[in-house]
Amino acid sequence: MWWRSASFILDRQQNDAALRPDTSSTVTPPPPTESSSAMGLPTDHNPNISAYYQTRAAHHAVVTSDWLAQAQAAAAVAHDPPQSTSTADPDKPFSVIDVFNNWRRQPDLAEAVAAIRALAAVIRSSQASTMMQLEIELKKASDSLKAWDTTSISLTAGCDLFMRYVTRTSALEYEDFNSAKSRLIERAEKFGEISYKSRKIIAMLSQEFIFDGCTILVHGFSRVVFEVLKLAAQNKKLFRVFCTEGRPDRTGLRLSNELAKLDVPVKLVIDSAVAYTMDEVDMVFVGADGVVESGGIINMMGTYQIALVANSMNKPVYVAAESYKFARLYPLDQKDLAPALRPIDFGVPIPSKVEVERSARDYTPPQYLTLLFTDLGVLTPSVVSDELIQLYL
Amino acid sequence: MDPKFRRVGFEPDPNQSQYPLTVPPPRLLSERTAAVPVPEIGFRRQFPGDRIPIGSYNPSLALLGTSPSAASTPTSEYRDGDGEFSEDSSGWFLRSESSFAVTEFDLPAKPLENSSENCLTGSVNSKNVAGSRAGAIAGTTAERMEGTAKEERNDVPSISKPVKANTTKAERRALQEAQRAAKATSKVVLYPADGRAEPGKGVKQSSGKKDGPPVTSSTATDKKSGGRSLEKERKKDVPPPRMQFDDKSRVEKAKRRALVNQTEAVNRVELFRHLPQYEYGSQLPKLESKLFQIDSVHPSVFKVGLRYLAGGTSGDNARCIEMLRAFQEAIRDYSTPPEKALVRDLTAKLGSYVSFFTECRPLSISMGNAIRFVKSRIAKLPLSHSESEAKATLYSDIDRFINEKIILAAKVIVGHAATKVRDGDVLLIYGSSSVVEMILLYAHELGKQFRVVVVDSRPKLQSQALIRRLLAKGLDCTYTLINGVSYVMHEVTRVFLGASAVLSNGTVYSRIGTACVAMVAHAFHVPVLVCCEAYKFHERVQLDSICSNELGDPNAVATVPGRMNVNYLDNWTSEDNLQILNLMFDVTPSDYISAIVTDHGMVPPTSVPVIVREYGREHLI
Repeated sequence: MWWRSASFILDRQQNDAALRPDTSSTVTPPPPTESSSAMGLPTDHNPNISAYYQTRAAHHAVVTSDWLAQAQAAAAVAHDPPQSTSTADPDKPFSVIDVFNNWRRQPDLAEAVAAIRALAAVIRSSQASTMMQLEIELKKASDSLKAWDTTSISLTAGCDLFMRYVTRTSALEYEDFNSAKSRLIERAEKFGEISYKSRKIIAMLSQEFIFDGCTILVHGFSRVVFEVLKLAAQNKKLFRVFCTEGRPDRTGLRLSNELAKLDVPVKLVIDSAVAYTMDEVDMVFVGADGVVESGGIINMMGTYQIALVANSMNKPVYVAAESYKFARLYPLDQKDLAPALRPIDFGVPIPSKVEVERSARDYTPPQYLTLLFTDLGVLTPSVVSDELIQLYL
Repeated sequence: MDPKFRRVGFEPDPNQSQYPLTVPPPRLLSERTAAVPVPEIGFRRQFPGDRIPIGSYNPSLALLGTSPSAASTPTSEYRDGDGEFSEDSSGWFLRSESSFAVTEFDLPAKPLENSSENCLTGSVNSKNVAGSRAGAIAGTTAERMEGTAKEERNDVPSISKPVKANTTKAERRALQEAQRAAKATSKVVLYPADGRAEPGKGVKQSSGKKDGPPVTSSTATDKKSGGRSLEKERKKDVPPPRMQFDDKSRVEKAKRRALVNQTEAVNRVELFRHLPQYEYGSQLPKLESKLFQIDSVHPSVFKVGLRYLAGGTSGDNARCIEMLRAFQEAIRDYSTPPEKALVRDLTAKLGSYVSFFTECRPLSISMGNAIRFVKSRIAKLPLSHSESEAKATLYSDIDRFINEKIILAAKVIVGHAATKVRDGDVLLIYGSSSVVEMILLYAHELGKQFRVVVVDSRPKLQSQALIRRLLAKGLDCTYTLINGVSYVMHEVTRVFLGASAVLSNGTVYSRIGTACVAMVAHAFHVPVLVCCEAYKFHERVQLDSICSNELGDPNAVATVPGRMNVNYLDNWTSEDNLQILNLMFDVTPSDYISAIVTDHGMVPPTSVPVIVREYGREHLI
């Protein structure tokens, strides 16, 4: 309705029709997923809130008391196993979602690793006797995980990767089903190490790009970026860091705390001051929630803004992301993503007539990114699609 | 030099080798006879170091008087004339910089730039470096010229050129022609009787003639045949040159073998003389009567060819499918002549069918890919197969190709692209692409609420039929011509375009007008999605719309159907100064494209070579 239109007559007619049902806005929650009732999920799981960003906030943010209450309420809802609504399998106490949530709550664990561990648990507890059956079970579990939190890209990517691994190796497996099963479980366990190692690799690769006397602008609390900076500090490099505040989670405060512990000179800037300070900055370092097929990244809200400013001032934007975050998505613009909404606490009550833009993430197109540091090496954005094609060949 | 001319570009070497320079043909009628062939664009990177006088430029006539020895055989002078030339060349260099900056080539500047060109490259004195320099120079000059093809430096001819003190332009042209005619017999034969001899000869030819390293590239040609030439192609990577229609001798040669005797159109646009243009509609009755009399061409192939000629089949997929079906019929009715091998003979026959199609209407890139597939399947036939088995295998192979690569691929594309249509979207489409139509209908079936803006253009007005079909299914449509595209673009949320081919650097080769729409969309920050099956991808690279294109009927532009009073151009053929251009295709740079939707998923334009690399092997394996 807010689009300019040359064919305004047509639109006026449509407006009359559209005003009767609810006009959609950015705040309208997406319809709850149907599969929530299928797998014995907590049915009052609030789809308004993106569980992924809730978790991240819980790990890294500075929490205020009422915010904490909200988060706890959401977590508690997720935790209670539903007694009434499991139609599929009432005898099965095992719920992959629960396992996943348990894993996810550990602050140091990557999302994808949690997903894969959850799937490993599925394998362990499965009573399948053939590979096909196991695969089908896994597929169901993976689909339910993905449907439960549609906003988490690394979750989706991790599940896809694991499924791909399963289907690929099962073709080469021996006849012994149990050994195949144990091999899969072993691989899933190893994935956690792989993920941890990939952070180390990325940190090593990016050391070349941090020179003495440089100023780095960081946005959001990415564990990978933190690893990079930690290693640079350990290597006795002289650099300073500008941390954006990262509202509404204020993850920047947490990050600046951690960096200060490492004796790295840190300066906190509010989000609006990024353009102001950009002339002093030598490079921008961000993590990524997901790397999409076009080579762009999906990251915490504010990344796109910073990349735009950096690009216009010719500062390089470096992204540190593990390779399992590569996803087969292709957003064409900001609104092309599945909406990931989060509650935003302004500190003061807001009148109910006022809408709030609650999206938690944005998409940065590849032309604003300079390089991607991944465990596959230092890549340009156009290589992401190359890797994805080869991976999903 | 005659000051009445305004030359753009470089004169060709009188001692022509296989890949001569390009030059826009002279404007004066008197000189029109000596048209110069235009080489393949973008592939000729081998610039041998030995400098040649660029065509008719006579160093002795240069403004900076060089020594008389410099006016002698250019090869010698540039080989060992380093000492002599170095101080001159530095002087030239400075002047050349300014001359390079000049966008218009006045005649006084021309000898300068020619000689500076020579000196620049001569002073370097090593083959490869000179090659790259010349390439760079060629690159810069090519940018400035009005889109004419990149320059081609010739080999040092084996015949050393005599000193030309004061030969006039006409004499030099005559000399060129004579030499070219002499070489014409040894040139690559375009339509071979025996499929195998031609690529071999072509390869030998080019390797003999070129000193520099062969260029890695391939064209969508129908001249490759058999596995052996495929391997040769991989090893040598020398493409046989495509037919350039301003080379008189080759046109003559082609005509002799041609079944369809087209009459050349008059009043052709100078810039596009390297593309064929014929009088439309003149051959149809004659050919129709010959339908059952021509033995060399299978009747179904003949039928399809006639349909191409008449312009009945339009749309890349339709043409390709028709051609493949015709091949299927031909294969089914084929029987090996005695004392001949199935593989070779069938390949040769296929080659002749392909040349027939080319005469009717130039092949598209996707058709080239399909033909390459068929030929590779023929080549891969195991020798143990009997004739009927072989034919059955080929028949089913072609069926599989059509099903997988065209029909099923379209379904997959529709599935992917429909996810990008949201409620409330305003989609803009251009032209009449079968895949885009399917996407719209599918999205509509899924219940998405969207509007369509259909952009059309003269002279084909293809979208009119499309919009009727869309309206019949109940979509909300808006119709506009291409001159209104910037007016409607601000309300558009997505642009869906079809493609005739997608090239390796991400450029999209499609119906003329597409580039315009994509550019306007880009300016308005509207994402552009190109929907194209993977079999239309090609390793070729094309930088502009001129070097390779198709010319349509100029009369269609001159007249407006239904408007009898718009008859100002009725006698345009009699006007000497008026040429009408009806281009069929254009090239959209990859910057304006957000995503390409293929049957392998959505990829950014930078990933086209990856797909060609990864999945292209399926074609040949």
